[in-house]
Amino acid sequence: MPSIPTSRGRSGVPEMGEDILRIDGLSTRFFTAEGQVNAVSDLDLTVESGEVFGIVGESGSGKSVTAESIMDLIESPGEITDGSVEYRNSEFADAISENHPGAVDDDFVDLRQIPKDARRSLRGSEFTMIFQDPESSFNPSLTVGEQLAEAVEVQRRATANPRSTKARTRSVEYSFGSLIASTVLDSQKFIKPASKARAVELLEQVGIPDPAKRADEYPHEYSGGMLQRAMIAQALAGEPDILIADEPTTALDVTIQAQILNLLKDLQEEIGMTILLITHNLGVIARMCDRVGVMYAGEIVERGTLEDVFDSPTHPYTQGLLGSVPDLENVGGTLQPIEGSVPSLLDHEMESRCYFADRCPKAMEECLEKPPEFAGPGSPDHRALCYLADHEYDPEQALPPGYFEDEEVAPDE
Amino acid sequence: MSDSGGHRTSDAPLVEVRGLQKYFYEQDSLVDALLRTDPVAVKAVDGVSFDISAGETLGLVGESGCGKSTCGETLLRLQEPTGGTVHFDGENVFEMQNSDLKSFRRNAQFIFQDPFSSLDPRIPIGRSVREPLETHDWPWTEPDVETEATVRTDGVPRDRVAVSVAADIDKVVTPENGVATATVTVRQLASAADSGEEERGRDTSDTIEATVEEDLTIGVQTDGDRIDVDVSVGRSNKQLRKERAAMLLERVGLSADQRDRYPHEFSGGQRQRVGIARALALNPDFLVLDEPTSALDVSVQAQILNLLSELQAEFDLTYLLISHDLSVIRHISDRVAVMYLGEIVEIAPSEKLFRNPAHPYTQALLESVPRVSTAEQDRNIETLSGDVPSPRNPPSGCRFRTRCPKVIPPPALDIEQPAYRTVMDIRERIENRSLDLDGIREQLANEGKSTGTDELVRELEERLIDTDLDRREAENVETAFRAIANDEWDRAAELLRAEYESICETVSPELQDANDHQAACHLLDDRSVAEHRDRDGTVDSRE
Repeated sequence: MPSIPTSRGRSGVPEMGEDILRIDGLSTRFFTAEGQVNAVSDLDLTVESGEVFGIVGESGSGKSVTAESIMDLIESPGEITDGSVEYRNSEFADAISENHPGAVDDDFVDLRQIPKDARRSLRGSEFTMIFQDPESSFNPSLTVGEQLAEAVEVQRRATANPRSTKARTRSVEYSFGSLIASTVLDSQKFIKPASKARAVELLEQVGIPDPAKRADEYPHEYSGGMLQRAMIAQALAGEPDILIADEPTTALDVTIQAQILNLLKDLQEEIGMTILLITHNLGVIARMCDRVGVMYAGEIVERGTLEDVFDSPTHPYTQGLLGSVPDLENVGGTLQPIEGSVPSLLDHEMESRCYFADRCPKAMEECLEKPPEFAGPGSPDHRALCYLADHEYDPEQALPPGYFEDEEVAPDE
Repeated sequence: MSDSGGHRTSDAPLVEVRGLQKYFYEQDSLVDALLRTDPVAVKAVDGVSFDISAGETLGLVGESGCGKSTCGETLLRLQEPTGGTVHFDGENVFEMQNSDLKSFRRNAQFIFQDPFSSLDPRIPIGRSVREPLETHDWPWTEPDVETEATVRTDGVPRDRVAVSVAADIDKVVTPENGVATATVTVRQLASAADSGEEERGRDTSDTIEATVEEDLTIGVQTDGDRIDVDVSVGRSNKQLRKERAAMLLERVGLSADQRDRYPHEFSGGQRQRVGIARALALNPDFLVLDEPTSALDVSVQAQILNLLSELQAEFDLTYLLISHDLSVIRHISDRVAVMYLGEIVEIAPSEKLFRNPAHPYTQALLESVPRVSTAEQDRNIETLSGDVPSPRNPPSGCRFRTRCPKVIPPPALDIEQPAYRTVMDIRERIENRSLDLDGIREQLANEGKSTGTDELVRELEERLIDTDLDRREAENVETAFRAIANDEWDRAAELLRAEYESICETVSPELQDANDHQAACHLLDDRSVAEHRDRDGTVDSRE
């Protein structure tokens, strides 16, 4: 694999280990016919520059919505109702402070307080996202090379005019008129040869054999693993500071998954990109991440370094999750699953208590009151949203068995 | 109730699969016939053989597209096979007709991956579970099954009691040796009992109480000295079906009260439980579980896996578990078969296969799974290169050879594996003519370079060779590139073939019959075993 030309010359990005993303009190709600869905509730999260931060949780725990909230991809009926998403980039902060001094705090810019256009300008060049299903992330009627070259063009414009906070995809060159002109006039090429060459280079970087030929093929001619590589190439085109990977290997076979994870790891080490990795697969988290957040019912219930969370899990949910995975090294035995299933996130069905209490084998009376975040054993980063992190389980305080069953049945019957 | 559990006599495997083959044909329409296009076979399952003994779980593992689901479906005759045989309990499944087939369908059930599409959204789940019972006219009663009662008395002379048993109690009571027996107790009570509360298995008359142990209805009448006891099923078939459906729902961890709810009211895990209850309705012997937990979250998956283990012990079930998830396979299987491109490459008891995988594909598969442990980051994974080839045109010889990290070079050749891999990949491209020379020429022209043979060869070398080749190999490859630059593809292919042809591409490896652990790989061939086996009996790479 050829070495990657790191145009990290772009200043403004914080040093390794400093905070690059700071999320505070983020709440995202969906207003559906059945009622208000609290997909993400009062979520705090700090991501350091150059690290791989993993968010793990079951379906419906709000991990994808968190990612979409950061990327500003929430669409109606969804809405970010509260909180701030602060991104640290001194250059961007300078550019923003001229018109919106209120949104800037030191080098941090609160993305919730700047115009949509400025937010959009970050997408692709500073923030980028790869998705679970590469088939639906590519336009089936354009060749992979063209689509990559387009992403390169966006980046080209961004570097040419670094202080622009206007969305870079809105210029005349990407207008509908220009598209029509490009089909008629050869000189009005939508994509410049230089961008095309860079697209081929990117395909080569992500390990696609014979990239020049593959660039001229359409997405359906690629296998799943190849297309996932192409999507990573597209994300790299923007030379992003932060890559958000939402279940990047879930649709792939294990041998291909291993290839893609190795690729992401190599790229991350080579260009020092920050990755926010979202997955339900604890093995993928173990392989990739420096720090981990465990999500349940829209909250991060436990967070810490990989060692904190995997070796000394404190929250009963984390313990249950780890106990549910069949062991590849040892055969047989009974698994220790978590009883019940993921709770409803409808606002009128959620009570102000520990949301896990109804499935928790160690639910106590105090759990009926929402627990604050307590420090856990291990590193200072280790924190858990559970009273058990603070004090031992007290069987005398235990809720009677079936405590939650009555109230759950009641509204139905 | 089970009409096969009883008469299984031999120790032969419950399921015997021999050379099972399922091809799908493309370009097989009338138009294609008129245009004389040859149909193209997609070899989904290509000669698969294995046994499953009663009570065991065989895990079938492989990547997507390897044919594992087709294998499961064909085995149950949900797809018509294009070759091979399957014997179920000694009978050839593919020759079964009418009543035989119907009875086979009762005894062998299928559980699907997707609990969202395998249940009818318009039917309440209780009815979904009852449906197979209605289709197969459950409860069954055999006319030649005798019925009788074992009577115990307590304070009542035995000769005063006359018991009559209905002929159809074998609907509820499992017959043994052709006789269905009800266990009846007749007791003298101290005082006349209140007959207020009605109970199915208990009845009183004056001071006489009669009970039956089985789930039957009993009636007692006193007529002077005589005590007439009457044992019957006492309820309609419909009622029996309802009861069984309720029992099944409770057994799989749902509440019988939920039977009138619709599938959309349930979570994925609960729906999978409904699917399991439905499959168990007719008391089958054999279940094919196709990715039963793949659509579920890990905590729910663990619940379902535990449930499947319990049910297997309770109902003497035999499982064929199809999954891509190696940890699930390992957790639940007694034996494991690994499939690659329509063939079984390794089959062994679970413990042996996971501790000591013999086939390079199994080794790579096991190595690829990320472990849930903090030590995982330091583990170095040698990933397989490339993708699974198309089953339309599988590679000759060993189908894994195009990705195998341990391809066997010809004996005379002394070559490192990475260099050999590079040469073999180039050969593959040349033989398939999948090198776009015109494209390369065009690109060279665009860059303002010459498109002569020398430049072309240099460009090809740059693109296709990413390892250090020995001088001999480099020369051979260059000669081949010069040949294709002159459009002599066949000569180039021939040239490289003469030098580098591997046994892996000429001879298709057979499953080696080494006790219960079999693998289809030339590394295990007798003549090469000596050089490749280390002292532990594991296969070592040729390095």
